[in-house]
Amino acid sequence: MTIAATTKVPPKRSFARGVHPDDAKSLSAGSPVEVLPMPKSVLIPLSQHIGAPCESKVKPRTEIAVGDVLGDSDAFVSAPVHASVAGATAAATVVTLPNGQHVGAVPITASDQQPLAGRALWDDIYGGDWPTGTIDSFEPEQIAEAVRNAGIVGMGGATFPTHVKLARNPDKPIDTLIINGCECEPYLTSDYRLMLEAPEPIIAGALLAARAAGAERIIVAIEDNKPDAIEKMRSSAAGAGVEVVGVHTRYPMGGEKQLIVAVMSREVPTGGLPLDVGVVVVNVATAAAVARAVLRGKPLTHRIISITGEGVVSPKNILAPVGAGYAALIEYCGGLTDEAGRVISGGPMMGFALGDLDTPVTKGTSGVVVLTEEQTRKAEETACVRCGRCVDVCPLGLVPTRIALAARNMDWEMARRYYITACCECGCCAYVCPAEIPLVQLIRAGKAGMPRD
Amino acid sequence: MGEEEEKTEQVAPVLSVAPGPHISAARSMRRVMIDVLVALVPAAATGVYVFGWRAGMQMGVCVVSCMFFEALFQKLRKRPQTIGDLSAAVTGLILGLSIPWTAPWYVGFIGSAAAILIAKMLFGGLGSNIFNPAMAGRAFVQACFASEMTTYLLPGKIGPPRAVEIISQATPLAAGKFEQVAYNLQDLAIGTVNGSVGETGAIACALGGLYLIFRRSASWRIPLGMLAAAAVVAGINQALTDTVMTVGHHLLAGGLVFGAFFIATDPATSPLSSRGRWIFGVGTGVLVMLIRLFANVPEGVMYAVLVMNMTVPLIDRWTVPKPVGGRVQK
Repeated sequence: MTIAATTKVPPKRSFARGVHPDDAKSLSAGSPVEVLPMPKSVLIPLSQHIGAPCESKVKPRTEIAVGDVLGDSDAFVSAPVHASVAGATAAATVVTLPNGQHVGAVPITASDQQPLAGRALWDDIYGGDWPTGTIDSFEPEQIAEAVRNAGIVGMGGATFPTHVKLARNPDKPIDTLIINGCECEPYLTSDYRLMLEAPEPIIAGALLAARAAGAERIIVAIEDNKPDAIEKMRSSAAGAGVEVVGVHTRYPMGGEKQLIVAVMSREVPTGGLPLDVGVVVVNVATAAAVARAVLRGKPLTHRIISITGEGVVSPKNILAPVGAGYAALIEYCGGLTDEAGRVISGGPMMGFALGDLDTPVTKGTSGVVVLTEEQTRKAEETACVRCGRCVDVCPLGLVPTRIALAARNMDWEMARRYYITACCECGCCAYVCPAEIPLVQLIRAGKAGMPRD
Repeated sequence: MGEEEEKTEQVAPVLSVAPGPHISAARSMRRVMIDVLVALVPAAATGVYVFGWRAGMQMGVCVVSCMFFEALFQKLRKRPQTIGDLSAAVTGLILGLSIPWTAPWYVGFIGSAAAILIAKMLFGGLGSNIFNPAMAGRAFVQACFASEMTTYLLPGKIGPPRAVEIISQATPLAAGKFEQVAYNLQDLAIGTVNGSVGETGAIACALGGLYLIFRRSASWRIPLGMLAAAAVVAGINQALTDTVMTVGHHLLAGGLVFGAFFIATDPATSPLSSRGRWIFGVGTGVLVMLIRLFANVPEGVMYAVLVMNMTVPLIDRWTVPKPVGGRVQK
């Protein structure tokens, strides 16, 4: 399905190479967001972002309310974490997140008396009015400060602290803010449901973020496999000075660098950031969180999560508190089917397989995809025959098989010659490799293992 | 989730953990090789049609021998068997298609041994070989059995070449080079001329090659670069000399089309990047023509491919593609 008449933006709305996995979104796309019944307890990691971890600011056995600060850090690239439920804290512990990080975490036992639940909780977070008339009364620094204090990080999965992106840098002026509604990972529908059910806070958040960053132009980019979301966002954006464009459905369209090429025809320099080309990219859920933080003074404590895949009994989209266990979410969706073979935090391309279902969800958890054993079965790794398919699909124009070979041999000179640090680990190469070489894993290990210069 | 965890503990683990991506669109190596075998069917069928059952024998001997030698090597080295990936069968079929139908059976057998044992397995097996195994094997038997490998008889006339009918028995390229006789272009296109078993039918080879490209099992840049470069050199030759061999003759005769689609495209022995593939294709095409025009042999595909194989590491090193965002790392 392509959208006609979305060619307001002259660029080609796509990027070179990439792959076209089956988007599998129909499993959960039709399910309106449900509010997760209050779990008995949550476990809130003190680091849910890229940057300095937070230090715990609460003592064990303290009564706390929703939104109380649990952890914070003095570092600039960091984001505080807040209580997502009312209750009593227990002694801090350590939890292993799906990405393998061991981080401190504060357990909270939920009290019976929660201020908001069910529909009221939804209305508090995404419902009601989102007046955009007062946005010019906020100073840019004021917005960035509110975003920091609300602990907002990139909710598309990268979890980079948002206030850092929005902070103005006199050397690198920003002209355009891209609101990322691509959701290019197969299966995931949390951003899609948000755009359908709560477009107003996204638009309000986009205007606030643009004011903070100094961007004159705001573009909401949505893959054209979601025509109704494009339509909905467009009608909400009418008159607000926000452009909504459909971009081609091609993985990894939601990657910042690919998206900037698609809607702006600008190339982020190798090793650089979007701000080097005057662009900031913010996910739709992040934008909505910005609106809530600035207009309602509320921190980021809940998010929409897709629980989907052929291994889940009834796939759903759920509004869940940060810190709820994956097990609780899956249970709410009827549990795993007999064929379930792998539980993935995030999408099937870049997500992490879970070893322990009692792990808590974080601010960056956009979905849980449960695949069947058959879907994940892989043939044994064989030798590279240099077929070049990885080269043909790499969205960054790299030669994945050579980088992986260099990483495997720990030949760092060769790894650099083939631009190992430019790799965004999107997984296109491994997705198509007929020899089943774990290219992404090798490259990731190489990046971690190579000496810093 | 208590139930799930109990299950996990009691029986074999229900949930697996592995790095992403967790889904795959990969066609297996075997599937890629089957594509090549299917793509070779038109060329093989033309060979059998033109030369008779002995053409089929050459292919059969080479396919079976190549698989036998690979199995033998893995057995001796106590390594897992790899003939299931069918790459040995592809090597065998290409080798069988590139020798004359008149050659005795042991030519194919020995060629297969050289191709698999020396050119492929000693270098580390599939993907690690420097030279195209089929061409290396062919070069080996060309050196060992010079007369058997260059004796092209018309079908049904097994025996020493007779002085009369030398033109009709010569390959089109030899006739053009040494006798100044040009073949009918239509015969060259269909393949009703003399030559190695599978190379004579230009249209059949191109059909199979297009299938390979359509299936994305071969690069399109290498054949296009090779054919275009050969056409340009042949065109220059046609314009500057009084040769009877036109561009069409050079394109359709001999093993050029067969080699462009099936030999030069061997991924293990050709460059990785698109720029590298252009260079490789053009280089091979030019070399083929230089050998045809200036060397003392009528055909140059085999030597051109083998020479270009040696340049692949260098081409790869020189053609690291520019990443999106430019070369300078910030």
